[in-house]
Amino acid sequence: MCPTDMQLAKVIGDVVVTRKDENLTGVTLLVLQPLAADGSPIGRTLVAVDAVGAGVGETVFFVRGKEASFPFYPTEVPTDAGVVGIVDHWDLG
Amino acid sequence: MQLARVVGTVVATKKHPKFEGAKLLLVQPTTVDDQPRGVPLLAVDSVGAGVSERVLIVIEGRAAGEALGRKGAPVDAAVSGIVDRVDVTE
Repeated sequence: MCPTDMQLAKVIGDVVVTRKDENLTGVTLLVLQPLAADGSPIGRTLVAVDAVGAGVGETVFFVRGKEASFPFYPTEVPTDAGVVGIVDHWDLG
Repeated sequence: MQLARVVGTVVATKKHPKFEGAKLLLVQPTTVDDQPRGVPLLAVDSVGAGVSERVLIVIEGRAAGEALGRKGAPVDAAVSGIVDRVDVTE
């Protein structure tokens, strides 16, 4: 699994951070559990910024790397992971 | 980004010029249950975190350089926030 692939994940929680980098102001931080193709948990949990209004319990897809800050351009949000879509469903061929 | 605990501070007299004035912390990544996971790493601090505090770390070069306030700095990790609370429902 390449660390820069977009991946499926479940939102399992959120993080409250008062004292932070000013460019994180107003940004929601979500705890993600990456998912395997069959929907089972795989790999380490991580914290990601939310660019689409996702909430706890939803299945999402997220991107890693500096691209995670692109939805907030021109603000340069200091992040290495970001939720960029909420998954309705996925099918395996 | 990862959750972590600050476990120490790092002092280095001889270092790359871009590190001048930077505060370096040794941080231990943790699980959401606050258990250590993996090996400790160095991160520059821009939020005033201290030893034993729970923090959010970003492991990405450009963001870390911005935390330091300078472009082209040879860093790949930064403390970007001090964690008040982690709510996990499952």
